[in-house]
Amino acid sequence: MLKIEDVTVSFGKGTPDEHKVFDHFNFSVEKGEFVSIVGSNGSGKTTLLNLISGSLTPDSGRILFEGKDLTRQREFRRARHIGRVFQDPQKGSCADLTILENMALADSKNRPFGLTPAVSKKRTVYYQELLSACSMGLENRLNAKVGTLSGGQRQALALIIANMTDIDLLLLDEHTAALDPKSSRTVMDLTRKLIEEKHITTLMVTHNLRFAVEYGSRLVMLHEGQCVRDIAGQEKAETNIDALLDVFNDISIECGN
Amino acid sequence: MELFNILKVTLEEGMMYAVLALGVYITFSILDFPDLSVDGTVPLGAVLTGVMILSGVNPWICCVVSFAAGAVAGSITGLLNVKLKIRPLLCGILVMTALLSINLVIMMAGTDGMSIASFFNGETIFNTAPASVIPQYIGSYQLRAVILLIVLVLLFKIVMDLYLKTKSGLLLRAAGNNQQYVKMLGKDPGMMKILGLAIGNGFAALAGSLIAQQKGSADLQMGTGMVVIGLASVIIGTSLFRKVRFMKDTTKVIIGAVIYKACLSVALALGLPTEYLKLLMAVLFTVALVAGRLMNKKRGAEIAED
Repeated sequence: MLKIEDVTVSFGKGTPDEHKVFDHFNFSVEKGEFVSIVGSNGSGKTTLLNLISGSLTPDSGRILFEGKDLTRQREFRRARHIGRVFQDPQKGSCADLTILENMALADSKNRPFGLTPAVSKKRTVYYQELLSACSMGLENRLNAKVGTLSGGQRQALALIIANMTDIDLLLLDEHTAALDPKSSRTVMDLTRKLIEEKHITTLMVTHNLRFAVEYGSRLVMLHEGQCVRDIAGQEKAETNIDALLDVFNDISIECGN
Repeated sequence: MELFNILKVTLEEGMMYAVLALGVYITFSILDFPDLSVDGTVPLGAVLTGVMILSGVNPWICCVVSFAAGAVAGSITGLLNVKLKIRPLLCGILVMTALLSINLVIMMAGTDGMSIASFFNGETIFNTAPASVIPQYIGSYQLRAVILLIVLVLLFKIVMDLYLKTKSGLLLRAAGNNQQYVKMLGKDPGMMKILGLAIGNGFAALAGSLIAQQKGSADLQMGTGMVVIGLASVIIGTSLFRKVRFMKDTTKVIIGAVIYKACLSVALALGLPTEYLKLLMAVLFTVALVAGRLMNKKRGAEIAED
């Protein structure tokens, strides 16, 4: 469903510091896949998500999504079909609005934002059901400003919000990296639950090798803009953290650091 | 009874500036956009109103036209920022400067080359229906204008409160708070910014229209200092009543405008020469800014202690 064809991206173009993150890079994702993407800093993981979401336009190449060329489409238009949760818990919701208001906004996604009241009593019960799925007690704090929530709670809320309307693709950008071990486990479990319920095609960037091994149906390791490992199915099921670490170490030795 | 008159005038002017402050609240507090174009859109509303009343247009229609004209000017400020990526302060300066010419052209065209439009005997919202149902004198005081203004400001406040609860209003608040979130909702945050600036400057021009109708004249200089009046009202109102939970921000802003006007009235009543008025406005604004920050700092300390 998603195809990245022959994409080149460079930063600092025209300066002595020009750096090519991707050089004629190809990548594709099939419908229903849950892809974990690992790789060291600067390997192009986040750049890949930025290309797909539209916050970055490639120098050359194409991005195809369900057969349509998205390369020049603006980020907010792509967002109608693509959900995204960021590493920064602040980005996935509005701090000055209440939980209820945030969810009411998300509920109107892909519909006109007109002059009808945003919050309706009828929908509130539905929001509470969604919130109770993450068992953080958020369903009893509907009128709390989101800015008063903890990072884990905000990230759980961001996940729920991103999945409220039917999306075709979910992008998770190190969405547990800013959380403590317990919260990140809770958020990961919620992630799995949501993805399995709705069968959403997912790309998850993570630095946590354990999560990459335990979750998802396919594992991709990026290094300097190349896929150095791409395993799925049985092979993925049999891999473990040590095997992944070995690959990491091999690369490090090759690069001399 | 001198005191009562000062109070009446303060409330009257405070209410007119409250309309401006409601507009600035949208751009400054909600969108976080320091908008200087109100220095041009207030006189735009005033001049349009003056010229239209001179040619016999219904004063209520003048209000609507002024709002619309202000909204157009505000959306140009927004377009400059969103489409041409010009910084907010510069966008305001550009539109304000352009409006100097436009206001002059409107004034010259409507008054055969004069620089002031006087219509002391013209029909205004204060001397025609439906305001004429309010008695001109209550006791020995002329209270019609102040009563009408209070009613209008309350009406605008309620409409704005209702709007901010609609889907569009909530999206506007989100656009000022987290642009990325608006993008994720599949909407262009730039469009919301333009909409907010249009509403804000619509209210600014409407304030200009009210001021002109109340004074019975419109001139080109009345825009000077409007940014300061608007911002100071918003900052005074929201920081003074920051802890008052039951009060809506729009109410705080309206009270802020009255307090600001009252400070100026007190200074003038105590004998401050009028030529120092703008200087005093700047000083008061500075005090409001610093006091607002100090109060926030205090709150920060309280949170740390918790």
